[in-house]
Amino acid sequence: MSRESSPSGLLCPMPILDATEIRMAHGGGGRMSQDLLERVILPRLGGCASDLHDAALLPERAGRWAVATDAFVVRPLFFPGGDIGSLAVHGTVNDLLMAGAQPVALTLSLILEEGVPIAVLEHVLDSAAEASRRCAVRVVAGDTKVVGRGEADGMYLAMTGLGLVAAGQDLHPRRVCAGDRILVSGDLGRHGLAILNARENLGFETDFVSDSAPLLEPVQRLLDAVDPSALRVLRDVTRGGLAGVLHELAQSAGLAFDIREAAVPVEAPVRSACALLGLDPLQLACEGRFVAIVAPEAEQAALAALRATSLGRAAVCVGQVVTGQGVWLDNPLGLRRAMEWGSGELLPRIC
Amino acid sequence: MNTAVIQTDAIRRAVAAIAGRVTRPWTLMEVCGGQTHAILRHGLDRLLAPVGIELLHGPGCPVCVTPAADIDRAIALARTPGVVLCSFGDMLRVPGSGEDLSIARARGGRVQAVYSPLDAVRLAQQHPRDEVVFFAVGFETTAPATALAVQQARALGLDNFSLLVSHVRVPPAVEVLLSAPERRIEGLLAAGHVCTIMGLQEYAPLVARFGVPIVATGFDPLDILEGVARTIAQLETGRAQLENAYGRAVSEEGQTAARQIVEAVFEPATRPWRGLPAIPDGALVLRPAWHAFDAQRRFSLGPIAEPAVPECLAGAVLTGRMQPTQCPAFGRRCTPERPLGAPMVSGEGACAAYFRYRAPEGNG
Repeated sequence: MSRESSPSGLLCPMPILDATEIRMAHGGGGRMSQDLLERVILPRLGGCASDLHDAALLPERAGRWAVATDAFVVRPLFFPGGDIGSLAVHGTVNDLLMAGAQPVALTLSLILEEGVPIAVLEHVLDSAAEASRRCAVRVVAGDTKVVGRGEADGMYLAMTGLGLVAAGQDLHPRRVCAGDRILVSGDLGRHGLAILNARENLGFETDFVSDSAPLLEPVQRLLDAVDPSALRVLRDVTRGGLAGVLHELAQSAGLAFDIREAAVPVEAPVRSACALLGLDPLQLACEGRFVAIVAPEAEQAALAALRATSLGRAAVCVGQVVTGQGVWLDNPLGLRRAMEWGSGELLPRIC
Repeated sequence: MNTAVIQTDAIRRAVAAIAGRVTRPWTLMEVCGGQTHAILRHGLDRLLAPVGIELLHGPGCPVCVTPAADIDRAIALARTPGVVLCSFGDMLRVPGSGEDLSIARARGGRVQAVYSPLDAVRLAQQHPRDEVVFFAVGFETTAPATALAVQQARALGLDNFSLLVSHVRVPPAVEVLLSAPERRIEGLLAAGHVCTIMGLQEYAPLVARFGVPIVATGFDPLDILEGVARTIAQLETGRAQLENAYGRAVSEEGQTAARQIVEAVFEPATRPWRGLPAIPDGALVLRPAWHAFDAQRRFSLGPIAEPAVPECLAGAVLTGRMQPTQCPAFGRRCTPERPLGAPMVSGEGACAAYFRYRAPEGNG
């Protein structure tokens, strides 16, 4: 799909191949597209132009496949703790892990805005490549399109991941039972606040750093330590924050969750910034945290497994599953209130 | 976690201390959305009810009391070619008579959320071909920043910046509440934030005229309980005085510089609040010297009337004659997603706070 038009069919004699920024022709399928692919994209993602085909072929593997797909539209593209490239890989890999699947292959579609410096694209691709190396998975297929200036925030990424589900795993909310324990793998809200702070220049002295990270290690440890029958469901805490995840899970499970407010891990600077902005830390996005619901007898083993990993050091049990519906917060005074489920747009209050 | 435990103990002690002084039921009102929110969030109302203290939630949420007609005006401006309407984020989801600003944006209006009116001035500087309008809402707490922004715009010689002013003033609303013949309010917690800016002077005549204790109060749970304790101490000893229970932020004279800048730019005017009838001097409008920056004058908006919502009993809630859950529409035909009226529209409105935090019967 090219939006490039060549008025009156004249060919431009300019030396277009040494462009320093993305032009419409980079998405047009002609020489500039090929040049971008060969000089910028393939060397970073480990592909080879002569191998290119309309579809990538995957190794023959027996088992149950999982597929996850996600679009990434973050602004700004670079933020403390990550960028859109690493975020795409972490997000997609984490989605696969939540199904109990080991990532096997990724695809990456780039929607680039005309005028974006190619150096920026290179930086993003380097970061995506580094992240996929850390996750021991490769980008095996992709596509590039260019849209006009002002029609995208620099670039959008769409990534799909394929993974193989570990034998015996059947992670699903329908397996959640009353009495199960609800574990959270680490402190909450830092990604959302890092993005907000970077985007809006809120001027906090604390530099909030995103928690964006691949969850391979803690998930692997958990799968190893807990019997599949006792491990009910995993869900990464992304948009909507912990509140969104818990509400969705409670609804799918047809049960209620009782959460102890004092147990929910939120670091003091995040809590203070949220209080100032009128935001609920439980509604802020994370990109390297997940919720695990386990049978009560597996709680201690699960926590020990998580706490043995660098990403899971602060893992805690925040509450348990009960009959009924909704998600409830019990405060230290013994009073109970509904956990707020945001509408999906974070709107700082005025005073 | 330790701080939560420490605070919990302190809250229990504070409630016990209040209980020790109370000899009969008392009814108090707060007029600060932050306080309403904290009371419901921490369940202070449920701790105080057994002690015999009922808390009423007055019109303390500036977003909630912004007239629907003003939001309709903001939407009309956002739809005007060449205009970018800037507003605080939490105004975007507050409905006017039909749409809210976020719907207007989705349908092609130009709406930009900002964190400060000065951001809007900067936007006007950066985009000289756009007309930037800042939708100025809020109590005395946000008015100084609006005043500063328009002064800055004049100093910069910007002719593409203007204000849609919907600022409101708290003390005139308190006067209306205390004058009501069926008044239940026996003591009033004055909003700590507003008093930080404006000081305490405006409340002295109200205490004298109505014989009701007024106590400037902060909005942390312990601050609120301190305000309640001081009010109860007055009531139990038959006193009605103006008192400051938020001394770490509030001084007698307030922040003089902020007050002066507000007075230089704005003057009081009588306008309706959402859910309440016109409150004498209850609003701020630009002084004539600043009319060049008045968006309503710059863009000839046709007459836009405040819509009537007969089913909404916001007036009764905001004046303390009814608790939110007593309204027949509460949680049924009126929810935060589809609010009928003022107190349900923003998170800090009393009805929305009850809707969010209160477990349904039998589940709490």
